[in-house]
Amino acid sequence: MSLVTVLELTPLISAVLLYAIPKGNTKLIKQAAIALSVVALGISGLIAYRFDTNATGMQFVESHNWISNFGIKYAVGIDGLALVLILLTTILTPIVLLAGWNEAEGGRWSVRTFYVLMLILESSMIAVFAATDVFLFYVIFEAMLIPVYLLIGGYGRGERAAAAMKFLLYSLLGGLLMLAAVIGIYIISTNQIGGTFETAKLATLHIDSLTENCLFLGFFIAFAIKAPLWPFHTWLPGAAKSATPATSVLLLGVLDKVGTYGMIRFCITLFPHATKTFTPLIIVLSIISILYGAFLAIGQRDINGLIAFTSISHFGFIVLGIFSMTSQGLSGATLYMVNHGFSTAALFLVAGWMVARRNSSQIEDFGGLQRITPVMAWSFFIAGMSALALPGISSFVSEFLVLVGTFTRYPVAAIFGTTGIVLAALYVLITVQRSLHGPAAPGNEGISDLNLREKIAIAPVIALLVIMGFFPKPVLDWINPSSTATMQAAGYSDPLPKAGK
Amino acid sequence: MFTSPILDYSLLAPILIILAGALIGVGVEAFARKEQRAPLQLGIALVSVVASFVQLLRVRNVRSLKAAIDSVAFDGATVFMQGSILVLAFFALLLIADRGNFVAQASAIPGSQDEHSSIAEGKSQTEVFPLTLFAISGMMLFAAATDLITLFVALEVLSLPLYLMAGLSRRRRLLSQEAALKYFLLGAYSSAFFLFGGAFLYGYSGSLSLTGIATAIDVNSGNDVFLLIGIVFLMVGLLFKIGAVPFHSWTPDVYQGAPTPITGFMAACTKIAALGAMLRIFYVALSADVVMWRPIVTVISIITMLVGAIAALSQRDVKRTLAFSSIAHAGFLLTGIIALNQSGLKASLFYLVAYGFATIGAFAVVTLVRDSAGEVSDMNRWVGLGKKSPLIAGAFCLFLLSFGGIPLTSGFIAKFSIFTAAYESGNTTVVVFGVLTSAIALFFYLRVIVMLFFTEPKSDAVTVSVPSLKVKLVLAASVIVTIVLGVYPSLLLNSAQSFASFLR
Repeated sequence: MSLVTVLELTPLISAVLLYAIPKGNTKLIKQAAIALSVVALGISGLIAYRFDTNATGMQFVESHNWISNFGIKYAVGIDGLALVLILLTTILTPIVLLAGWNEAEGGRWSVRTFYVLMLILESSMIAVFAATDVFLFYVIFEAMLIPVYLLIGGYGRGERAAAAMKFLLYSLLGGLLMLAAVIGIYIISTNQIGGTFETAKLATLHIDSLTENCLFLGFFIAFAIKAPLWPFHTWLPGAAKSATPATSVLLLGVLDKVGTYGMIRFCITLFPHATKTFTPLIIVLSIISILYGAFLAIGQRDINGLIAFTSISHFGFIVLGIFSMTSQGLSGATLYMVNHGFSTAALFLVAGWMVARRNSSQIEDFGGLQRITPVMAWSFFIAGMSALALPGISSFVSEFLVLVGTFTRYPVAAIFGTTGIVLAALYVLITVQRSLHGPAAPGNEGISDLNLREKIAIAPVIALLVIMGFFPKPVLDWINPSSTATMQAAGYSDPLPKAGK
Repeated sequence: MFTSPILDYSLLAPILIILAGALIGVGVEAFARKEQRAPLQLGIALVSVVASFVQLLRVRNVRSLKAAIDSVAFDGATVFMQGSILVLAFFALLLIADRGNFVAQASAIPGSQDEHSSIAEGKSQTEVFPLTLFAISGMMLFAAATDLITLFVALEVLSLPLYLMAGLSRRRRLLSQEAALKYFLLGAYSSAFFLFGGAFLYGYSGSLSLTGIATAIDVNSGNDVFLLIGIVFLMVGLLFKIGAVPFHSWTPDVYQGAPTPITGFMAACTKIAALGAMLRIFYVALSADVVMWRPIVTVISIITMLVGAIAALSQRDVKRTLAFSSIAHAGFLLTGIIALNQSGLKASLFYLVAYGFATIGAFAVVTLVRDSAGEVSDMNRWVGLGKKSPLIAGAFCLFLLSFGGIPLTSGFIAKFSIFTAAYESGNTTVVVFGVLTSAIALFFYLRVIVMLFFTEPKSDAVTVSVPSLKVKLVLAASVIVTIVLGVYPSLLLNSAQSFASFLR
């Protein structure tokens, strides 16, 4: 059994183990869930340690027949791209479980159910990044919606049932379009090489261009809804406002990366010609996302809504980097996925604590927190700086790579993208000014600063943001080979610099 | 001179055992004492179903067109469909035997003194068991028959008991009787259409057997107008039985009015029999003429999916919702006929079993949700059920998710395989529509789930009665099958694959 399978199973078994603890003993349940998720983190660390950065292709490969009638396999394996996203998952899970200590109380169901759902979600996120069989990927892609749906609908705030429903329906609609495309490519493989769902074999098919374009769209729309790319983003703000901070972190920080991951893994690799056809359109959509998300973020009064719209803007950058079709752009986009995960985690967690203390999510209600709660305010400040990609913080590296990679092929798009950075400065600084500085808003005097548990939870995130800002090399070493491989598979090579033109 | 027909009794035995059980049941009605009847009848019914299944297993590898002269084909598809009818009927019988779903005395006029006294005396109607057995035998024959006359006889044998059974509800008897009458009148019309179509096909080909018709189409001997009229009228009769648009209007009324266990039985088993016969007719007799009927069936399939999914959105009654969902599924099932290839047959067989189990399970849950006056199918009163009895509500959600085709349930594999078959045969339009309709259908399944789990219960809400052992068995079987076939479908797909063939 490959280590990746072990890692997939660990959170699942942990979830089962939680049922051994009596329902009423919530403290023990929480401690056990966190401890078990640290075990998963340890295993993923071992995988990262054993990962060979020089090897090309998939590692930790495992494959068994699952539904032999359709050539469906349980096939897993990871390359650099999958590895960093799996690490992101396993690092963030214990952090959000610790940070969201009190989130499960007051939900529709028991505290235990919350932690069980969280662990199931972790397991399926690992599995979805590790799957190398398109059918397996699809099944997990759809099935993982259910725990998220229950987490938003059962433990969220405000209009939680409606927000959860909207999220689920959007995702399922995208998923069904993808199902049609999955069936389509399977039939083509049946006619050419014998029915299979293995990604590597499917990439060798010869598909006529009309069919290829249709299949590409089937996959792409599903991923664009998940990512979320303008105009498929409308489910996101509602979900972000309703979900608890821990759920939001996993939803925006990790789950939505399945969308951008899928674009790299399936859209580009399986349909290189259609990718060429649609690239201009997708570049335009991503620029619109960057600007639209930024403008709406400036106008937000709700702090969770703000984070949601900044994410739409950032996902625009990621998609721009992916479809720039340069190795810098692709590596930058992959790094961006990781950085955005940590940056969003910091923002949502600190914002969640602020909201819980102040009992309001309006930005103006947080005035003067800098003096009253310095640690919390500084944490939020650093998280904000990572959102605007300040040099020295990790997001800067990735945003820079994306823009450089885009500029070599699409200079105009890069210029538009750059304005996104200026707007980011606006929405972050305005928010920081309104919420942290100035006179204390009425009702803020008695707010307490972060306690030890919260400090322990946020410290690793902020440390990673800073360390990866100065020293991104280890992560880039994982990412670069797989970016190059993707580029080659799609038949692209980096454009030569046109100096002095 | 008259020569006696050659019958292969071992191959007919599965049907004959059921018929014998039914006749013994009628005898029990006449001779046994009142209080002994119910347990006796249930025992006889279950024993004959099991015995029939065992006999079917013994001869499962025999293939013969001569089981009853040339009228009954014993091939892979027959074995699989008869087997699945028997298994599902077994669980349906358990549901039927659960207390208090049937009228005390069917002949008493609703609201009359007669009715009150029969209830007070604790009478109960036990004729429903032999009736069910008669219906089962008709279904088994319908799925195996290879000439138009036998098909018609089987159609009537399966339909007549169902007309009666639909009217036996204990509560809301007028609604139930209305449903029975509607079902009977419309069913009789559709049978007439079937017979009319058969006559035209005979006129075209000079033969009543499916292979004879196929040969006639091959050599193109007759008048094409006769053939077209024949196909269309035959289709009317069959589409009525599976509840496809535009012949679906009876479905919601009958599903709502009939006693819930009967609805479950009809929804699961009749669908197998009717679709089985339809598959046989189209695959064996009419496959050479595919250009003529495929566009018609495609249009009907798409309309059926859409109408079923959209109309379900506005329903306020659980049973009516399930009825429209079954209409939508009839549309999905028709794609298996459109596919007209071996994968299409395999996928249809799998789909019917997966759908049948989820359906029986769902109706089993409906029988449990009650207030003081009996079963409650008004959806507004199901609100918040998840809080009161999470297990039952959870099982219901599982069945709905399976209907919706969410991965890791049997319904997903069913949909996946049937769409794959349709895609394989080049019918991408129907696949695209199927996928989009699935999204609409999902919305109403999810809406029910929201009602059960995400809405606070109201004060006049209902209680979930503690399920009896029989209902527990049904629920457990349906849940297990739905999950196992979702996670490891090869168990059934393999046998569906090996049995997916028609003898010609």
